[in-house]
Amino acid sequence: MDAEKKAILLDPLFENNPIALQVLGICSALAVTNKMSTAFVMSLALIFVLVGSNVAVSAIRKLIPTNVRIIVQLSIIASLVIITDQFLKAFLYDISKQLSVFVGLIITNCIVMGRAEAYAMQNGPWLCALDGMGNALGYGLILMATSFFRELFGSGSLFGIHVMPAWYETNGLMVLAPSAFFLIGLFIWGIRTWKPEQVEEN
Amino acid sequence: MKLLRNMLDRVGDMCSEKGKFPWLYPLYEATDSFFYTSDSVTTTGPQARDALDLKRMMSVVVFALGPCILMAMYNSGYQANLAMSKEGAVVIETWRHAIVQALGLGFDPNNLLACLIHGALYFIPVLIVSYAVGGLWEVLFATVRKHEVNEGFFVTGMLFPLILPPTIPLWQVAIGISFGVVIGKEIFGGTGMNILNPALTARAFLFFAYPAEISGDLVWVAGGVDGLSGATMLSQAFVGGKAALLAGDYSWMQSFLGTIPGSMGETSALACLLGGVILLVTRVGSWRTMAGTVAGTIVLTLLLNSVADKVTNPMFEVPFWWHMTMGGWAFGLVFMTTDPVTAAFTNTGKYIYGFLIGALVILIRVVNPAFPEGMMLAILLMNVFAATIDHFVVQQNIKRRWARNAAA
Repeated sequence: MDAEKKAILLDPLFENNPIALQVLGICSALAVTNKMSTAFVMSLALIFVLVGSNVAVSAIRKLIPTNVRIIVQLSIIASLVIITDQFLKAFLYDISKQLSVFVGLIITNCIVMGRAEAYAMQNGPWLCALDGMGNALGYGLILMATSFFRELFGSGSLFGIHVMPAWYETNGLMVLAPSAFFLIGLFIWGIRTWKPEQVEEN
Repeated sequence: MKLLRNMLDRVGDMCSEKGKFPWLYPLYEATDSFFYTSDSVTTTGPQARDALDLKRMMSVVVFALGPCILMAMYNSGYQANLAMSKEGAVVIETWRHAIVQALGLGFDPNNLLACLIHGALYFIPVLIVSYAVGGLWEVLFATVRKHEVNEGFFVTGMLFPLILPPTIPLWQVAIGISFGVVIGKEIFGGTGMNILNPALTARAFLFFAYPAEISGDLVWVAGGVDGLSGATMLSQAFVGGKAALLAGDYSWMQSFLGTIPGSMGETSALACLLGGVILLVTRVGSWRTMAGTVAGTIVLTLLLNSVADKVTNPMFEVPFWWHMTMGGWAFGLVFMTTDPVTAAFTNTGKYIYGFLIGALVILIRVVNPAFPEGMMLAILLMNVFAATIDHFVVQQNIKRRWARNAAA
């Protein structure tokens, strides 16, 4: 894989993270990061939808009339989301119940729409697959990191397995959605201290 | 004293630009100005119109906290001794009991000194942890950001223990003050830049993280009896209304004087009142904010009183003089709403800011069943809106002056 393709795949992890730098997809990052298992399934769902929608939009990008492109993109994304949702309901019913509306809300996830509009409309399917993969991984990375801390400190467990010693008193704030705000904020602080070029000028 | 000066000078050389440890300068500066006045003077004519600087202002606030601190120590000990005397036999269980015993004071709730010492043994450790851990963060940020250690923390570190229950575990104090200082203040840029009151942020963190220890629903009595807790006056009122308060264990006078269980510094409305007088006389605290808060509380309580017979919620009928002595109302009014950094800045804004706090406390206490106490949440919420209030006041002023000039 040459350097350019590598950059497309890996840049969204830290250099251009969809959550930490572009601050997109925050709502689901707050809602599903209570437990690592839900965050993991949500990340997989987003990888599937984002790669699928990027490739599909890219494949027909020259046939889409400009005036109705958003509608076309949306129907592609919505179809993929419905497939994911039905799949989860069929095979991972418990987790799909915990994820509740948030799988369905991938349709309105700004990352998916943003990549379709900003990238897939201009580039070929192979590059778009990489781009979708990279952005979904960047999203997944923040989700997993957030849920790691939230589940570890909020419930004393990881992936549902109790890991904290018995004397550990669980932190109730970590179970509440606002704690994800603090954690993501701290991640952004960390990443920008590490890469100061991400700091906006004001 | 000369010895100290020489020592500081030697350390100062080491911490200067050319010295070995330039990154320790903020720490040196803080120690130096703690002992001595600064010897650097302005090179041009002095422009200051008032000798009141941040340092003096913060010292006045700590001075005004004096009655509350004394009361915190006395009442924590009084409540503990009272609980122990009710239990009967005195059991030496903790290091606190051992110290009190060693001093030969005993555990008589009517002995002023015994109560004071016993309570101090609860209050002082919390205070030390609050100052040590919070101060560590403060110095760390000052060192990394290369600015001088700010006096603001002097007050935060003192306010925080006063709004905690005596039974709070010390590790929670450490985590709480860390959150308050870092998330509540330093990420915004330090003293003067913070949106939220750091002490209240710290308490809110503990409130949501460890509700078992600090929910405001049950009271905490320090003492030999583990896990002794009862409903607070506020939650009694929530269940039974005015009747429950009148029939309850504590009279209004007790709640005014502060001989009731509760968070250490905030039980006594009288001590807060004394502190409030000091703040008002020295003009460190804004009377506009306080007046606004009092008015907001009275207006909203009267409003709710007037419809009390039409609703099933008995909390509606609680009169405002009870609201003012219960929970953290008095302490919050005097020491939290008047925080010059997080309150509204304009004079009109202060009335509005205070009024909304006063009204919100009552709304949270009376109408919201989830939170028995509302002072902390009301102040934090209005902290967020203080800048918005100022913005509209300033815009309104600009508009008025435009209109006046256009007419002329």
